[in-house]
Amino acid sequence: MGKTLFDKLWDSHVVLSKPGFPDAVYINTHFIHEVTSPQAFDGLRKRGIPVFRTAKTRATADHNVPTIDQHLPIKEALSRKQVEMLTTNTKEFGVELYGLGHPYQGIVHVIGPELGITLPGMTIVCGDSHTSTHGAFGAIAFGIGTSEVEQVLATQCILQYRPKRMKIEVNGQLKKGVLSKDIILYIISKISASGATGYFVEYAGEAIRSLSMEARMTICNMSIEMGARGGLIAPDEITFEYIKGREFAPKGADWDKALAYWKTLSTDKDAEFDVTLTFDAADIEPMITYGTNPGMGIGVTQHIPSVEQMEEKEKASFRKSLEYMGLEPGSGLLGKKVDYVFIGSCTNSRIEDLRLVAEFVKGKHKAEGVVAWIVPGSKQVEAQAKKEGIDKIFEAAGFQLRQPGCSACLGMNEDKIPAGMYCISTSNRNFEGRQGPNARTFLASPLSAAAAAITGKVTDVRELV
Amino acid sequence: MSKNFQHLVSTAVPIAIENIDTDQIIPARFLKATTRDGFGENLFRDWRYDSNNQPKADFALNNPTYKGEVLVAGKNFGCGSSREHAAWAIGDAGFKVVVSSFFADIFKNNALNNFILPVQVTDEFLEKIFSEINKDVNTQLEIDIEKQSIRILSTGDEAKFDINPYKKACLINGYDDIDYLLSLRKEIETYEAGREFNF
Repeated sequence: MGKTLFDKLWDSHVVLSKPGFPDAVYINTHFIHEVTSPQAFDGLRKRGIPVFRTAKTRATADHNVPTIDQHLPIKEALSRKQVEMLTTNTKEFGVELYGLGHPYQGIVHVIGPELGITLPGMTIVCGDSHTSTHGAFGAIAFGIGTSEVEQVLATQCILQYRPKRMKIEVNGQLKKGVLSKDIILYIISKISASGATGYFVEYAGEAIRSLSMEARMTICNMSIEMGARGGLIAPDEITFEYIKGREFAPKGADWDKALAYWKTLSTDKDAEFDVTLTFDAADIEPMITYGTNPGMGIGVTQHIPSVEQMEEKEKASFRKSLEYMGLEPGSGLLGKKVDYVFIGSCTNSRIEDLRLVAEFVKGKHKAEGVVAWIVPGSKQVEAQAKKEGIDKIFEAAGFQLRQPGCSACLGMNEDKIPAGMYCISTSNRNFEGRQGPNARTFLASPLSAAAAAITGKVTDVRELV
Repeated sequence: MSKNFQHLVSTAVPIAIENIDTDQIIPARFLKATTRDGFGENLFRDWRYDSNNQPKADFALNNPTYKGEVLVAGKNFGCGSSREHAAWAIGDAGFKVVVSSFFADIFKNNALNNFILPVQVTDEFLEKIFSEINKDVNTQLEIDIEKQSIRILSTGDEAKFDINPYKKACLINGYDDIDYLLSLRKEIETYEAGREFNF
């Protein structure tokens, strides 16, 4: 019987597999950031051990950083301390840091791919659940906790049990105005926020294959929102084209050798998955979430389920969720007033996202009373946007182009949505309080978010494109 | 806090909500500490306190009749962010066991790495626990790691739970993954020497 791509990669990274023990899996690339690493470095210090392979860990500051006036000291004392500690720790332990002010600084899951650090065939971990993003390159990539960060720093390995395999196939072609964000929100709405827990997903099918690398990253990014350990897409010409020439990508003869290997990275025809799910791209309309987990999503023209449609034991959680959102069961979202628009996060802050939004808002202006933030994923995305004049389009449309960071996706810095306000957001989580205490989040694609910014309300973007 | 434990008898704190994500367990704005201590005071911060920092009387953790070292919660507990701070907060607040009918993967690892035992039971058994606590807040649960069993003492209802043998040994003996991985140094170097690429 053939093997899945996931199993091929896993097997080739197992350092030791012992009955009764989890596999010791070798990690090729380890990303760290300021929030989930200080206690891990502290652990090394307590044990009196160094970072085992310093060149295989890269650091950046993203979760806590302000998105305006980044040249000034961080105002918030605790955030400043955490960012400073990352500088101290990386210096002491000899780890490369792309800190504030560095031209490579940005959201960890944006900079890895754009610098050519993320490559097919790798195992990649980071103390952040959206590490699944890097799976778009045909890598095993997943989020870990701080104790595991310490394991990787100390040994370049991690102890893991092999997850089960799930294949998600999306066939056919997407309709106009429907983006990869809609595909993943659709899948999660069908299988729920826990539907893939215990599995590693491989995405396949024509609709996935035809996506750009940026769009594939959006899909893999949200694998964790259905509970999956991670999600990957087999590399192809689109992948190789994206990687070629990037800063840390292999060059010359190394490139040829790497390419020959990468071309072998696919699931065998007769390989078996534990679960296979199939969807049709033509069934997907622009999606929006109405509740407080990413599985609570509907097509933008559809209605929120009624309480009666819920299973008995789900009713209390459903009611609590809608109460938090200030929405009525059974109602529609079209025309619902929006206060904030956030275009950013590791899900949708890449140059392609910004170009798409710029093309859409060009010649239009945001609705009065709406605050529209665009937070680029990295310094490089920001620089590219300026080079292309996209910044001027945003300015003319009344959108504020800020500086790179995680920003209002999780509101660790000052970028919080005020209590009770509605934000249509291109990020990945609509949990209670995620964007600020009592903030209310509608997750959607960059196009749907841009459309809401223009009209001031939840809008079917297909009517405007 | 003693790290290892095998057996526990305790009353429990019930939170009958499904899909409790780690942003509820510990909101992002409280992740700025650089040590592992002190997160307990912000456990379930926004469910425990209103916007004026006044305790919300209807939340279980503010109800003095609920106490104990066991947290009982609805299905899909710990989904979302990988923040280990969630496990630290639960441990810091004095819980040693979390019972649910389903756990998110990363949370489960994080909990075990902090000697907090996730006990996964069926939906029916979970309902039974909730309903017994509802009838009597002093309902005691007995958790035995060696036997991998959880029992409701008042009714005698018992369920088995899964835990992998390696993690079970870690919990009972109080040792962690790094001790084990550090012992594999030679195997790791041999593996590295055999790889042509860094991927």
